[in-house]
Amino acid sequence: MVQTHKYDVVIVGAGGAGMRAALESGQRTRTAVLTKLYPTRSHTGAAQGGMCAALANVEEDNWEWHTFDTVKGGDYLVDQDAAEVMAKEAIDAVLDLEKMGLPFNRTEEGRIDQRRFGGHTRNHGEAAVRRSCFAADRTGHMILQTLYQQCIKHGVEFYNEFYVLDLLTKETVGGVKVTGVVAYELATGEIHVFNAKSVIFATGGFGKVFRTTSNAHTLTGDGMGIVWRKGLPLEDMEFFQFHPTGLAGLGVLLSEAARGEGGILRNSENERFMERYAPTIKDLAPRDMVARAMANEVREGRGAGPDKAYVYLDLTHLPKEQIDAKLPDITEFARTYLGVEPYTEMIPVFPTAHYAMGGVPTNIKGEALADNHTVIPGLYAAGEVACVSVHGANRLGTNSLLDINVFGRRAGLYAAEYAMGIEYDELPEDPEAQVVAMIEQMRDAGGSERVAAIRQELQATMDINAQVYRDEGSLKQALSDIEGLKARYVNVSVQDKGKRFNTDLLEAIELGFLLDLAEVLVVSALARNESRGGHYREDYPHRDDVNFMRHTMAYRQEDGSIRLDYKPVVETRYKPMERKY
Amino acid sequence: MDVTIKILRYNPEVSEDATWESYQVTAEPTDRVLDALHKVKWDLDGSLTFRRSCAHGVCGSDAMRINGKNRLACKTLIKDVNPSKPITVEPIKGLPVLKDLVVDMEPFFDAYRSVMPFLVTTGNEPTRERLQSQADRDRFDDTTKCILCAACTTSCPVYWTDGQYFGPQAIVGAHRFIFDSRDEGTDQRLEILNDKEGVWRCRTTFNCTEACPRGIEVTKAIQEVKRALIFRR
Repeated sequence: MVQTHKYDVVIVGAGGAGMRAALESGQRTRTAVLTKLYPTRSHTGAAQGGMCAALANVEEDNWEWHTFDTVKGGDYLVDQDAAEVMAKEAIDAVLDLEKMGLPFNRTEEGRIDQRRFGGHTRNHGEAAVRRSCFAADRTGHMILQTLYQQCIKHGVEFYNEFYVLDLLTKETVGGVKVTGVVAYELATGEIHVFNAKSVIFATGGFGKVFRTTSNAHTLTGDGMGIVWRKGLPLEDMEFFQFHPTGLAGLGVLLSEAARGEGGILRNSENERFMERYAPTIKDLAPRDMVARAMANEVREGRGAGPDKAYVYLDLTHLPKEQIDAKLPDITEFARTYLGVEPYTEMIPVFPTAHYAMGGVPTNIKGEALADNHTVIPGLYAAGEVACVSVHGANRLGTNSLLDINVFGRRAGLYAAEYAMGIEYDELPEDPEAQVVAMIEQMRDAGGSERVAAIRQELQATMDINAQVYRDEGSLKQALSDIEGLKARYVNVSVQDKGKRFNTDLLEAIELGFLLDLAEVLVVSALARNESRGGHYREDYPHRDDVNFMRHTMAYRQEDGSIRLDYKPVVETRYKPMERKY
Repeated sequence: MDVTIKILRYNPEVSEDATWESYQVTAEPTDRVLDALHKVKWDLDGSLTFRRSCAHGVCGSDAMRINGKNRLACKTLIKDVNPSKPITVEPIKGLPVLKDLVVDMEPFFDAYRSVMPFLVTTGNEPTRERLQSQADRDRFDDTTKCILCAACTTSCPVYWTDGQYFGPQAIVGAHRFIFDSRDEGTDQRLEILNDKEGVWRCRTTFNCTEACPRGIEVTKAIQEVKRALIFRR
């Protein structure tokens, strides 16, 4: 049984970007939000430290400084027009959330309080600035809850536990155009076709290609994977952020806010090693620099613990009251999972795969691109799935919560506007055929390979070969491992043959996306013979603006191979400089 | 160490009856119960079905009854649930079971949605933010922590026997706005909670407070809402 639905706008994903988009399009035109989870389970809720905006509530600040920091933090691979839009609209984005009810921490005057965060500075790098608006270390949780509350208020229509597996498109004279999506209803195993004028992908990232990650189990890059299989490009996929402070061994995120509040990183010799790597802003340098510094301390034998495998995050000098008021959750994580008491003990930490800077290329309206210029009519992307690019080679802390609000809103507005100006396009015959075939093949296959085994091996090779430090040899190893795993994936089988809540089947499909995206990441990384932001090549340790000041655009060819192309970076007011802090 | 996990399995596609199945897995004492469930699913029986996402206690997907108590599987360590004996895992109570540990969450979310869980204001919006003192902000801090996992509601004996009761979580959701100095919807919200299936159903058994993985003092919040009803006007 296939059910067909009709909506002007279909939003895929109900995290911050998806729900922010829904609040715009839902008040203008008939909108549905499809999510493979429940909205409040989305990983926006795991974000902690804050959302930057130059409100200047506690000290002098302005959006131009924020723009500059974003561009510099991204190692000049940021499209500067997009960064400017984001920094300017940040102020209203924060105020809008406050008006929706978000419980920000307050100053003595009752205004939204602000704190320091990595890479955010006063007057182009003079000193750290208090720019991050926050609610303790639960800012993402509050954003997710507040947006969901507003969706309830405005009667947004959700399809929960609907897993979108295909994007429906139509060839026209001007190129490809979007007509809807096909979704698999987890509870029943039924297929649903959604005919739509606009589709917004807000499906998040793909951190599960790595073993050590702050990402949820469900972050498997489904949206990027679907777009990729349509032959549409993915941009800058080699740039993946490793967050410095994951709980050692587990990868659970400990917010940069810990360092914003005064926390210090120390090696086994109790040395504040960041003083050597970033003399001006030390522990508050951008994440890629801090993560590499930590990995380097461990490599050079100054790691702590029985295997000298991690460094310490030291909060012991902070007053208990400050820890309880500003960092309650992360200190609880340390207690729960490592049995460490942060009041008196230092917390073992190591970099954890955190955020994809790359993704579906879009312009500043959230419109997805088919190449360097051509808009795909009706297709939008926002949040981690997208690459605008406001994060360039390295995202600054707090700029992801900002990104989802600014570009989620924009995608919602423009998707609704576009939908209101056109008629529905007819769906192709049997629009669900491909998805039905994929599901039946996967459910009925009798191969000998197990999903979990392949996924584990994928994550292991990515952690070893494509993490903070990379070189040609390690990336080639990762690529050959991925190719081997892809060959084995063909013979994968699931044990659950039922229709109802078949999460065995779900994981098998997710693994397919992970394998595709890992390959794009590695192929893109192999071709970038330079070091920039989150992409560090030991065989090419310097940034090479002559050859690589450009975005990578990866395309899947008919035969499954990958073609790389490049796109110029948009430069407006800032000339590339060496990145020193 | 070797651990036995005893799981209440149910799949109406196979049988109308729920049955206990035991599985042996190897786990570290500091592993999460969720890790052990994944071992069962990934290595022994792929048909075992449960929800999970973030795996560190913030998304609220994996509330279940572990050794008879409502907990998040990702926030419960093996060493803390007496692993020398079989660890029992069953779905949270009071909501229809769909398959294994997956329950129908719709009645739970319906109750939440019915208490107007959003900021209500009147008049023109200010150009900047609404002012609020940190003390006023702190007044409702506890109930902002809720992750809608349903551990509280499905630990409540009143909820088990009376399917109409809103349950603790919905009252927590209302509390978060009733005590927010910026909100102007308190009268309407209190009227909803004054319903015969509202706050007065609470029998103060404290199960909810014990069950909350976020440490919210749920029973206290319910008492505060009752007091607000008694002393309004």
